[in-house]
Amino acid sequence: MIKSASYTIEPLFMRLLLSLIAILFIGIFVALPLSVVFAEALSKGWRAYMDALMTEDARSAIKLTLLVAAIAVPCNVVFGLAASWAITKFEFVGKRLLITLIDLPFSVSPVISGLIYVLLFGTGSVLGGWLEEHNLQIIFAVPGLVIATIFVTFPFVARELIPLMEEQGTEAEEAAVMLGANGWQTFWHVTLPNIKWGLFYGVLLCNARAMGEFGAVSVVSGHIRGLTTTLPLHVEILYNEYNFAAAFAVASLLTMLALFTLLLKSIIEYYFPHEVKAF
Amino acid sequence: MSIQVRNISKRFGETTVLDNVNLTVHSGELIALLGPSGSGKTTLLRIIAGMERADTGTVLLDGHESLTQNAGARRVGFVFQHYALFKHMSVFENVAFGLRVRPKKERLSDKEIHRKVMQLLALVHLDKFHDRHPSQLSGGQRQRVALARALAVEPKLLLLDEPFGALDAKVRKELRRWMRRLHDEIHVTSIFVTHDQEEAMEVADRVVVMSNGRIEQVGSPGDVYHQPANSFVYDFLGNYNVFEGWKDTEGKTHLLEYETREEDSSPPPAPTAPSGWMKRYPEITGLLHKILPSLVPGVPSLLPPPKKKPRPTPNQGKPIKLFARPHELFVAKTPDDHEYVLATVTHINPAGPLVKIEMERRNGAALTAEVPKEVIDMLSISKNDQIYVRPKNTRIFEGG
Amino acid sequence: MAFPIKLKQSSVIPGFSLALGFTLLYLLLIVLVPLSGLFIKTSTLQWQSFIDTITAPRVMAAYKISFLISFLAALVNMVFGLIVAWVLVRYRLPLKKILDAMIDLPFALPTSVAGIALSTLYAPHGWIGKLLTPYGIQLAFNPAGIAIALIFVGLPFVVRTVEPVLQDMDKELEEAAMTLGATRWQTFTKVIFPYIMPALLTGFAMAFARGLGEYGSVIFIAGNMPMVSEIVPLVIITKLEQYDYAGATAIALTMLIISFLLLLTINMLQRWNSARMVHD
Repeated sequence: MIKSASYTIEPLFMRLLLSLIAILFIGIFVALPLSVVFAEALSKGWRAYMDALMTEDARSAIKLTLLVAAIAVPCNVVFGLAASWAITKFEFVGKRLLITLIDLPFSVSPVISGLIYVLLFGTGSVLGGWLEEHNLQIIFAVPGLVIATIFVTFPFVARELIPLMEEQGTEAEEAAVMLGANGWQTFWHVTLPNIKWGLFYGVLLCNARAMGEFGAVSVVSGHIRGLTTTLPLHVEILYNEYNFAAAFAVASLLTMLALFTLLLKSIIEYYFPHEVKAF
Repeated sequence: MSIQVRNISKRFGETTVLDNVNLTVHSGELIALLGPSGSGKTTLLRIIAGMERADTGTVLLDGHESLTQNAGARRVGFVFQHYALFKHMSVFENVAFGLRVRPKKERLSDKEIHRKVMQLLALVHLDKFHDRHPSQLSGGQRQRVALARALAVEPKLLLLDEPFGALDAKVRKELRRWMRRLHDEIHVTSIFVTHDQEEAMEVADRVVVMSNGRIEQVGSPGDVYHQPANSFVYDFLGNYNVFEGWKDTEGKTHLLEYETREEDSSPPPAPTAPSGWMKRYPEITGLLHKILPSLVPGVPSLLPPPKKKPRPTPNQGKPIKLFARPHELFVAKTPDDHEYVLATVTHINPAGPLVKIEMERRNGAALTAEVPKEVIDMLSISKNDQIYVRPKNTRIFEGG
Repeated sequence: MAFPIKLKQSSVIPGFSLALGFTLLYLLLIVLVPLSGLFIKTSTLQWQSFIDTITAPRVMAAYKISFLISFLAALVNMVFGLIVAWVLVRYRLPLKKILDAMIDLPFALPTSVAGIALSTLYAPHGWIGKLLTPYGIQLAFNPAGIAIALIFVGLPFVVRTVEPVLQDMDKELEEAAMTLGATRWQTFTKVIFPYIMPALLTGFAMAFARGLGEYGSVIFIAGNMPMVSEIVPLVIITKLEQYDYAGATAIALTMLIISFLLLLTINMLQRWNSARMVHD
């Protein structure tokens, strides 16, 4: 089972020990929490499970989550394509800075990500007054959720495409232009086919995060049940009400989404290893 | 340290990498394992080093079975093809590594280590680079560091895996000469693996030619070149030309499709009617005829052409292949009594001590001859000329 | 008039202005303007009250907790992440593919889901909790719970940064060390470990940065008692709920600056790491 002894390998007992430690570590920290979700979700039986997912609030949470993702992801795809086009097909001053800027959301706490929008659009802020006059609501309303989600997830597509397109270089595009193609034609017929799996992979990760974001959305949402609760927030509400089975039922939906994302991710990594930068 | 390889075999899955290999290396020898990729030479080297295990057979180092000891205990030094230098350590630390990892009891003092390392670095002419890092060195320098590192632990056996493979031609040549000199100084039993036959011939005391997991021949460079045991060794150790031929009933070899003077494709010149005095003195004309045509080709013969020798028929002989090295071919503008084949010059490469002539025969076969420049000039051979070629020495291997 | 400095190399490919323009606009609206809102808000604070806010005892305690526990969790991940990466790269195990895929789960799972799962697991009556209560060990609703949560979220970082480096490592380096007489342990400490160090540090820094800002996975299992088990993100939210925008902003700013410094450090480490990987 464990690789046969060769010149540069540690003694058998060491290998067994290390393997055991690794398996236990993953088992305790990943496998167990995963199982808990499903075990608890079904702890009151199938009926209760289905009921929990069918409540008014649950359904509107699902709808809201889908809506937010449906807006945020395409926006970020456009951004990702534009940013990677600019960065990988051209040489210009400040490229480094731009790339660092794109990485920013990854290093900012989700809570702060939400906070900045509350400061910008909330009451008492610069724009807050103007918005109130016009009866526009951004935070504590769906637009706020969308913007916060966009902020948190916009790096994903770009980060996936940039190394991929960097590696592919500019020759194909230059050739197309020399042959008379304009920008859109070049992009559509030459670039896009080359990056389609990287793009899909980026969309996958972006979507998973968009649907699963909690911290940032929590700050901007105001937790108004039925109106501004996405699925991750709904989980929190149910849990805080000690409605554990229902909370886990909803959580199981999100978990299945995560597992499905991981499955697709693995498939793409397996069949197209050169076109995706894992993680 | 002497080495005895006995009946070593190894398979990787379906492929037999080494097939019952036997070899003896005497103490102090410098041996080359020569062969194409896939011949098993590197695997054999690694088995001797203890880095891999054979399926069957044993390796005796100085008469002792060594399968149980690790390479460190075997006192075997190994130099890798890509050097395997420790990038995060300086040159000095790299060379000192083997001395630093010794168990406390056997370890030398820091001062001693310093002395030894600097001595070795001086030996390989890198003492001034002792605090550089591998990334700051050229390929040839890195190779010397790898060698110094292996020598630091005073191995009784030095193994080198394609040591010069990753370097460019000029550096390779220099290092080859240098390694030969080093070996003459240090006298450590050394085995190196190479696919470059020139390298093996230039450096080694003895060459082990391998192919497909078997040893084809073992001998001094002269032996394997001039007395190859079989067609593989012959082929691997240099260029050659092939002629189809056959052996007649008397054991004489003949070329297939040859031409001789009698077979010259140009029609014999029409004999002119002998004029007066020639008729009267046939002995003189006979003599003249004998002399003149060979001195001044093209002189119409005054006498009717001599009777043709009956050409032996190929069908009665055993078909064989004759092999000749490029420098063993004889070229001429007109044939004489020997058997020649006709070929068209396709390319002349004047670079080098001998001029290389590439030719193509009428049947499409290619020939390469190496000929001194003077011959080219004298015969004024140029591209697209038709010339006659014959092998001076040939070698025949049973089974073609 | 020609620009004294060349801002962009000429190219035949079209669309630069459009692409860059859109990118910058997007970044401006989504990132830069909101972030500057943060800075502007802070500037409305008096310097003194700014200092008072961020040095209040409760806040200081939260800093200590967040930093200390993130550091410890990242350390744990460094050690075990290395072991996991080692086993995955070098050993043949049954179901290795599944093990490998599971490593990404903390990255893909929504943080609140992780939060309630971990909390349920380690609570006194949870699967693990009830095994430990007889021994008087409680791993939930206290700083230990925070550590558990941060270990969970940081898990993929070290593994995924170390894996490719280990994979890429030339076997000959180890063989060389062993032909020179090094024991397996010496080979590991003197040759292998220095080689993977940049990757380890990079993964550590990433896990640390992630842990500092983590919210959703932590709040369910933390206990959230001020001065004891309250993390900085929670302090920010508490201030927000009390409409103390200024206070929230002040604390957020300090976190932001630290995150930015960490980001720069990580970038540098990543570049050091990839420079090491270049083969000659």
